[in-house]
Amino acid sequence: MSALTEPVVVIRDLHKSFGDNHVLRGIDVDVRQGEVVCVIGPSGSGKSTLLRCVNLLEQPDSGNVQVHGEELTDPDQDIDAARRRIGMVFQQFNLFPHKTVLDNCTVAQEVVLGRSRAEARAVALANLERVGLAERRSAYPTQLSGGQQQRVAIARSLSMDPSLMLFDEPTSALDPELVGEVLTVMRRLAEEGMTMMVVTHEMAFAREVADRVVFMDAGVIVESGPPEEVIGRPREPRTRAFLQRVLDPTHVPAE
Amino acid sequence: MTAVTAPAKPRLSPRKRRQRIRLAQYALLVVVALVAAFGANWTQIGHVFFDLGLARTTVAHGLGAALVHTITYTVGGFVLGLVVGTVLALMRLSDVAPYRWISTVYIEFFRGLPTLVVFIALSLLPLAFNGLVMPFDPYGTVWLALGIVGSAYMAETIRAGIQAVPRGQVEAARSLGMTSAVATRKIVLPQAFRMMIPPLTNELIMLIKDSSLVYAIGLAVGGFELTAFGKGMANDHANITPLVVAGLGYLVITLPLSWLVRRMEASAATR
Repeated sequence: MSALTEPVVVIRDLHKSFGDNHVLRGIDVDVRQGEVVCVIGPSGSGKSTLLRCVNLLEQPDSGNVQVHGEELTDPDQDIDAARRRIGMVFQQFNLFPHKTVLDNCTVAQEVVLGRSRAEARAVALANLERVGLAERRSAYPTQLSGGQQQRVAIARSLSMDPSLMLFDEPTSALDPELVGEVLTVMRRLAEEGMTMMVVTHEMAFAREVADRVVFMDAGVIVESGPPEEVIGRPREPRTRAFLQRVLDPTHVPAE
Repeated sequence: MTAVTAPAKPRLSPRKRRQRIRLAQYALLVVVALVAAFGANWTQIGHVFFDLGLARTTVAHGLGAALVHTITYTVGGFVLGLVVGTVLALMRLSDVAPYRWISTVYIEFFRGLPTLVVFIALSLLPLAFNGLVMPFDPYGTVWLALGIVGSAYMAETIRAGIQAVPRGQVEAARSLGMTSAVATRKIVLPQAFRMMIPPLTNELIMLIKDSSLVYAIGLAVGGFELTAFGKGMANDHANITPLVVAGLGYLVITLPLSWLVRRMEASAATR
């Protein structure tokens, strides 16, 4: 399926350093229309930085990021316009605490897309319905559980009608029993054909939902391919070592 | 060979110690109260500070107007200070280096200067620049003086408030396509001001008290605020009661203010 569709994200030879720390050392990734790409790897491997370079929350040092054929790394590019079509979901949710659930989902529609209050409300409610939280529309974020907050954050992004969704460890800040409700929403989104790039530690999600898994370590892509290959039969020793630590944590040789 | 244990000293248990300390504290209080009760001439003190008849005269002869003037001077200065302070705070956080320098110099200069000096300088301006007329006189001069000093203090409070808003808030707003300016206006400032309610209240109360410095600019009687009014009456009657009444006038403003702010904080905390 993926080979037939348009590339949405094209990343070429991406480099990024924080001071002396060379976090990304030449990354090439394509994400095609409707594809779900899960980026896995140990912490510090650069996977979150890679994701944040896709909507330029981090400014790459060199290399190109193209989304829908537009060169985001071009300094003359209107990055605000490009970001309207790229949804982003954060590990810490980052809901606006001074606004209700509904207003969280309408504020950008109104001030960025210029939608009327009524239209923004309708779109927001439809998306809150999708994540199962329409009845909490008047609540404030702190009155919700972590899982509910993350679902609102997803609805907030979807309300902008994005053509690409970026997820930066969306379940890492959640209590274990709340992970499922967020992953369910994400899986449904994938099934509806959303193009998604997901940085995650949830191997079960990657195995079941991803079209392609990218394993990163020390700023490079070590291995990439269908989940049954990368997670099921990893070729590279580094991938195998990582997966053993993640999938069988009680038998990791102590160093 | 045999270990000789020292005979245990009779020590007070911690509970007993605390009891004795507290007893001593109350005893001290009682002694001070007794000395005050029998050592002072209460009749004279009562006459000088709390002459009820004179208090009534003070209230009847313009306390209300003075109270309104204090409020008008302060509110104008506070609003001006808040607006200018916000601009200064944003300048201080700007990417443009000269903006940061200008705002830093302004803040350091006017924070270090006694408010009285600013008042005197402003009152001399029309003299120095021949024919210059301050708008809304005398309000303009007072507002400007309080606004200049208040903005220097508030700018730092506002800057700290803006920086206390988590980075993720800006990132979320920018990810939704908001420009930096829109994200600041819609997302950062509302949260920053919520956090700044207690320190900004302090600035407001400080300005209320600083408004008493207007006596330095030589106001007409019609423009007197609480302190100038109380001082005038106290001079006329050679009695301190009018000043006490004027002082209570300040509490009439600050106590409801504290109550209001506590309520605002409580309602903000439930969010």
